[in-house]
Amino acid sequence: MDKIKGLFCKECKKPYPAEAIHVCEFCFGPLEVAYNYEAIQKRISKEKIMQGPLSLWRYEDLLPIESTPTVGLNTGFTPFVHAKNLGAKLGLDYLYIKNDSVNAPTLSFKDRVVAVALTRARELGFDTVACASTGNLANSVSANAAEANFKCFVFIPADLEAGKILGNLIYNPHVIAVEGNYDDVNRLCSEIAGEYPWAFVNINVRPYYSEGSKTLAFETAEALGWQAPDHVVVPIASGSLLTKIHKGFHEFERLGLIPTVNTQIHGAQAEGCSPVATAFKKKKDFIQPVKPNTIAKSLAIGNPADGYYAIKIAKETGGLIESVSDPEIIEGIKLLAQNEGIFTETAGGVTIAVLKKLSQQGVFKKNQSVVAYITGNGLKTQEAIAPAVGAPWLIQPNLKSFQQTLKKEQK
Amino acid sequence: MANLKVRITFPEDKIREPIIYNTGKNYKVITNIRRADVTEKNGWVDLELVGEMDEIERAVEGMKTAGVKVAPIEKNIIE
Repeated sequence: MDKIKGLFCKECKKPYPAEAIHVCEFCFGPLEVAYNYEAIQKRISKEKIMQGPLSLWRYEDLLPIESTPTVGLNTGFTPFVHAKNLGAKLGLDYLYIKNDSVNAPTLSFKDRVVAVALTRARELGFDTVACASTGNLANSVSANAAEANFKCFVFIPADLEAGKILGNLIYNPHVIAVEGNYDDVNRLCSEIAGEYPWAFVNINVRPYYSEGSKTLAFETAEALGWQAPDHVVVPIASGSLLTKIHKGFHEFERLGLIPTVNTQIHGAQAEGCSPVATAFKKKKDFIQPVKPNTIAKSLAIGNPADGYYAIKIAKETGGLIESVSDPEIIEGIKLLAQNEGIFTETAGGVTIAVLKKLSQQGVFKKNQSVVAYITGNGLKTQEAIAPAVGAPWLIQPNLKSFQQTLKKEQK
Repeated sequence: MANLKVRITFPEDKIREPIIYNTGKNYKVITNIRRADVTEKNGWVDLELVGEMDEIERAVEGMKTAGVKVAPIEKNIIE
């Protein structure tokens, strides 16, 4: 099917072939996939989607691959939870949690983008995939590469915690620990991506990779009975996720799958790394890069690639971009766990804390639908929450000891 | 010849300095501006550096020493 027309520059609109390229040679703007929506319109329908696989590939017609999916066949279609307890606390009747903390195979939303990137990489003839990552992305690329029989290179800063390195080594990729500060490692990886004929998932195949995030919007609209919500709260790292959720809703609208979209798109950042929230509050398009200092390490992108576009979309849709402190993030993690039984990582804590902040500001009406995107699993960032969860009751192995402790604790 | 695409970000106190001119003068690299947005308070320039990779890396170090932020055109790629 001729669903991919090619790529085009988001800035100057110059067209490019659908290859492994990501930057406009003329203005250096980012490239984006151009779809043939007329061709897609002819074959897509709600019925067809509902009969599709219980994975993100049920939306294959709107994903940038040309043959059949080969990677991430169990990815996506994660729980969509009506959060009645948390909603009651925040005064919201229709609060929903999109729970990618249980995504497959590696418990984060990155499995979506990697499924699309690696399927496309195989179509483009690559036998090696690579990424630079300190966490969720590396986990997902390593695991999916193992299953899909790609050679895999993962670049990490040399001072990364041992636990995070183990989470990659288990899948047996080549893990390259680079000595140097964050900026040095970042630049080296960009240079390596230019030198080697590999599919660097978030560099030369980024136009395809980032499209995987749209499936969070598709699944949301389908779960809500084929309509977009009134509000969404999305964590911002590079800003790409926020822009793609917006794009996903509008693609469904364009194809007549859902009515007119009026979703207000809100962004969430940690105060210790909030270049996008800061620019938004100052009403500026210019994003001043920052040095991250926050427990929300999966959002700690000080120089975000899509920050400018995230601000544009928040403004256009009447959304806000807020930031929260580290203690508020921990409170957010506990709030979600203790009300909805969902243990999220620090990024999810940022989302919930901003959700709470916005609801206290009166941004949401009680009867409006609000969706918060939980993008990662709490088991991956236990060190951040460990000091804040208390300790078990310690008792002797007899009934009396238990009863005495119970009495004491219940006072 | 190698080439490297970078995003340079200027803080307010460096706006008046001819950092791109100096880079072309002090290192064996060709500098080629593709897109920019500079005001009196801050600014960014998307720049192509062409030359031998070692010399490009020296030029990047030189710009960083001069006080501007130099990132790959993709900005942060470590996710």
